[in-house]
Amino acid sequence: MTVIAAHGLRKEFTVRVKAGRLRRARRVVPAVDGVDLSIQRGEMVGYIGPNGAGKSTTLKMLTGVLTPTAGEVSVCGLSPVRQRTRLARRIGVVFGQRTQLWWDLPLGDSYDLLRHIYRVPAAEHAARLRRCRSLLDLDEFLDTPVRQLSLGQRMRGELTAALLHGPEVLFLDEPTIGLDVVSKQAVRGFLADLGAGGDVTLMLTTHDLADIEKLCRRLLVIDHGRVVHDGTIEALHARYGSRRRVVVELEEPLAVPPEVPGATLVTVGQARLEYDLTSATAGELLARLAGLALRDVSIVEPDIEDVVARLYTGVPVTDAP
Amino acid sequence: MAEPGALRAYWALLRGQARSQTSYRLSFGIDLVSNVGATALDVFTVFVLFGVTSELGGLDLREALVVTGLTACAFATGDMLVGNIERITLYVRTGRFDAVLVRPLGALPQLVLLDLPLHKLSRAGFGTAVYVVALAAADIAWTPARVLLAIVAPAAAVVFFGAVFVVTASVAFWWTESGEFGNAFTYGGRDFTSYPISVYSGWFRNAFAYGLGFAFVSYYPALALLGRPDPIGLPGWVGWVAPLVALPATALAALVWRLGVRHYTSTGS
Repeated sequence: MTVIAAHGLRKEFTVRVKAGRLRRARRVVPAVDGVDLSIQRGEMVGYIGPNGAGKSTTLKMLTGVLTPTAGEVSVCGLSPVRQRTRLARRIGVVFGQRTQLWWDLPLGDSYDLLRHIYRVPAAEHAARLRRCRSLLDLDEFLDTPVRQLSLGQRMRGELTAALLHGPEVLFLDEPTIGLDVVSKQAVRGFLADLGAGGDVTLMLTTHDLADIEKLCRRLLVIDHGRVVHDGTIEALHARYGSRRRVVVELEEPLAVPPEVPGATLVTVGQARLEYDLTSATAGELLARLAGLALRDVSIVEPDIEDVVARLYTGVPVTDAP
Repeated sequence: MAEPGALRAYWALLRGQARSQTSYRLSFGIDLVSNVGATALDVFTVFVLFGVTSELGGLDLREALVVTGLTACAFATGDMLVGNIERITLYVRTGRFDAVLVRPLGALPQLVLLDLPLHKLSRAGFGTAVYVVALAAADIAWTPARVLLAIVAPAAAVVFFGAVFVVTASVAFWWTESGEFGNAFTYGGRDFTSYPISVYSGWFRNAFAYGLGFAFVSYYPALALLGRPDPIGLPGWVGWVAPLVALPATALAALVWRLGVRHYTSTGS
């Protein structure tokens, strides 16, 4: 069942730029430039892209916050802007930079208020809250006013707030931004758990690609308002030719590094060589280097970060069939 | 918004706001007291004016106080209920409006309730007291119709001022730095309606009194209550049209607000 569908989704912003001393020229900038999406129930989709690529804008159009300039969009079979309040009951939203909580009230009070705002039956609410409390360790700060929470505590609180009404779709905009390692892991573990059930559809934007690697089978990469990749992480590696890298540390510096067929020498340090494997295996490479005095050898798996960095900086990428 | 359960949800928002504000007890108390000041000053101004003249726009002090009291009561109440909508500029500029739009409630009632300035209760109470005292002091020949008017007129004025607040605040959706622009019409409107409109003249009076309709929610109802003819020459029934002015104003406000929300552009990330 398709939960999120968009076709030719487009959002333009008008910006005023200085043109002369007093004059300002209006310029229309497309933030999202014809995005097509189709996300099935239970999918966990990572939505990534460089700053200003249109990630948040897309999410805001899917949640009914922004009115699209053009294109069609439906979430849970509803039109986000026209049926905003009906949709709001069925989705959960965490915008990392905005809070859904009452700043001056204890965290627990916010949940009580949200129960009334979403009109959730008391028993259901209590059950969900109990689950979040144990999985996200909320108990120690449930009575603390939100303004006094640390960022990590607040984010756990925000996640809970977004889930207490049992949403079918969860939109997370930068859910791990600014969190320490422990909090990041707590949040990721919790989301993975949530996704494992297969009922909740999850779409998250992030700059931390570890989020994606831990959580999302499917990856959507957006750049300049257009989707430039839609598929698994493996497919992304295959498409952009990510390679395993062999790092060789030598006992002594080498004047002329050896050429190895099936591998490309990428960096040459004082006593350090790095090869990208194109067709050779790591074993074949090492066999070739056997004559050298090796101190250490390590193999680096392809890093999604690199692929994406290449994707962002690369010349316009045309979508592979 | 029309669903029955929604009322409970809005009630929850109001409770949250009440609890938040009273969590700062001392400052809440100070606000409560200091808020009477502004309205008290408006009323005091009228007394000062009558210190130099015995008649203002054809009304004596006690009669003029009905106009001032009606405005004070209605504006302070409208300001308390809806006035904080002017904080929309902040919500729009910072993008906090996003969080309002992802909740299953109307955006306008949420904003109003999320920031409902309960400390302005004292001001609304004071305004109402001035109105009641003015009515009692003004020698009104009470009839059932006038009693009804004495209640309907401030109610309609509250709605009217509320609509003015919403329309002027909505400007923020198009013009983020609108800042104090709206005040010309909200607080300006209050100052205008605090006095008999016959003290003003020319295009300014026509624009505010008739163009924007401010005269129909305070001055003319007051004339009808006092049984005075309009020195400008409008027929007597004009004193009764306040609700008919408030309704289209509300409809217009709803429309402008709706267009504004559609025009909302949020902020980065």
